[in-house]
Amino acid sequence: MGMTLAEKILSEHAGKEVRAGEIAVVKVDLAYTQDGTGPLAARKIQEMGFEKVYNPQKTIFFFDHASPSPRFELSNDHFFLRDFANKTGIQISDIGFGISHQVVAEKWVRPADVVVGADSHTCTGGALGAFATGVGSTDAAVAIALGKIWFRVPETIQIVVEGRLPAGVYGKDIILHLIGKIGAAGGTYKALEFTGDTIERLEMGGRMTIANMAVEAGAKVGLFPSDEVTREWLNRMERPQDFKRMPQDKNANYEKTVRIDATKLKPTIACPHQVDNTKTIDEIGEVKVDQVYLGTSCNGRLEDLHIAAKILKGKTIHPNTRMIVTPGSRLVYREALKDGTMEVFVEAGALVTAAGCGACVGLHEGVLGDGEVCLATQPRNFKGRMGSPKSFIYLGSPAVAAASAIEGKIADPRKYL
Amino acid sequence: MKGRAWKFGDAISTDHIIPGRYFYLRSNLPGLSKHILEYERPGFSEAISAGDFIIAGHNFGQGSSREHAVLVIKLNGIQAVLAKSFARIFYRNCFNNGLPAIICNTDQIMEGDELELFIEQGKIINHTRKETLSFSPLPPVMKRILSDGGLVEHVKKYRDLKLV
Repeated sequence: MGMTLAEKILSEHAGKEVRAGEIAVVKVDLAYTQDGTGPLAARKIQEMGFEKVYNPQKTIFFFDHASPSPRFELSNDHFFLRDFANKTGIQISDIGFGISHQVVAEKWVRPADVVVGADSHTCTGGALGAFATGVGSTDAAVAIALGKIWFRVPETIQIVVEGRLPAGVYGKDIILHLIGKIGAAGGTYKALEFTGDTIERLEMGGRMTIANMAVEAGAKVGLFPSDEVTREWLNRMERPQDFKRMPQDKNANYEKTVRIDATKLKPTIACPHQVDNTKTIDEIGEVKVDQVYLGTSCNGRLEDLHIAAKILKGKTIHPNTRMIVTPGSRLVYREALKDGTMEVFVEAGALVTAAGCGACVGLHEGVLGDGEVCLATQPRNFKGRMGSPKSFIYLGSPAVAAASAIEGKIADPRKYL
Repeated sequence: MKGRAWKFGDAISTDHIIPGRYFYLRSNLPGLSKHILEYERPGFSEAISAGDFIIAGHNFGQGSSREHAVLVIKLNGIQAVLAKSFARIFYRNCFNNGLPAIICNTDQIMEGDELELFIEQGKIINHTRKETLSFSPLPPVMKRILSDGGLVEHVKKYRDLKLV
């Protein structure tokens, strides 16, 4: 019997063969927190009485949510984290360096790694073939202190995506369609494993968007094989030595298989206030938007900015709408500056912020007021997430974001291609 | 210990439990705790008595990994959360902090019912309705963490993970 990717990776890190349903204690290759979960994790490490951490070189404190800090209380949290990192040798990824999940994909995550992060979207690393999963601050603290964590080896749902994606349809539409189909709890406690010719052709940006949202279906991890696309990404990030091929076994034991015909997909929108409340762009009707938000761990990559900029080039943002663009990392920012992408946004009338989590968490840089509507490329649209509990968040692709910014309402990007 | 049931629906996210706009209070847990579930039920924190229960439908605790969602539930004196299903990160966070998260059919429990939880026996007595609800035994690993008083206490005791 073959193994699922989750079984393969967890077996390797447990030092013995483990199968779905078993409990395993596994080695952790990389552990990180963000500035909302880091202070609690650091206090838990202190509470457990550890003065040293297991591997400070592979432990990172990210300052990405409050970046830069909009309140003195958060500045105090940053101060505490800096001090703790200085004493323990833990790495810091400072304000403006970017979103944790984007930066680890650029610099640290390797195929077949076990990665834990105190942020639910840690599953983004599954795009590189890593068993990357979000945990709370206590689990992160234990992983940082001991270099290990316990997992129940998850059952795997195989997601087969086949056929050519139509123009104007992207990774974001695949994952929104899937979540609409299986529901926000459709993958709870499970691993999702993506396969099929559409997935084989999908570039790393699209894979990361899909893996990022695995948690929105409740899943523990969203895994991709490590293949030529992975190699290309690692080459681009100047770390070819980190490549390791990890194919999918033909005879692995999947709990079930979900098939998606990519040729039939349309631009897809998640409506308030649940990610699985999806509609296609043809069904959405007239929805005026006050704010368009492009960025986040889901769609803040160079590929995403390119898709939006191509539509926005030479156009102007609708006078009743504002558009905010947040690159996912400093590297994305620099590349988008160099190739003229940022100029397109600024010329069109968008506001460009520093790299980070931006407006997605309702902390700063675009907080919504009562009754306001936002079309965002982020992974999540719960009530009150971006500010007022009386605001409305719709989720869509960077192409939908660009088209909506031009028209001042949720718009079909296909006519701009 | 008996406690009163506070009933919520499906899909309560950690953003509902403690909204992101209170991010700045995360290092001030007593201050943060006052805002528990305030969009769903204004004034909830003041209404809770120690030992009460949160009762919910499916996928309780979905979304963000913020452990503060569990901490504010605990700090408000909630004895246990009973739901039809839980999101996985929240579920782990509960046991890591010594808060029982019980999966059971919550349809028969109504707002205000007086409940008593017997974890070892896998049952809940609803004193108001004179009914006994049973639930599947907790996974052994969760039972272990709970009996050690949470994961921090477990690690303090063993300087290691002794769960398998």
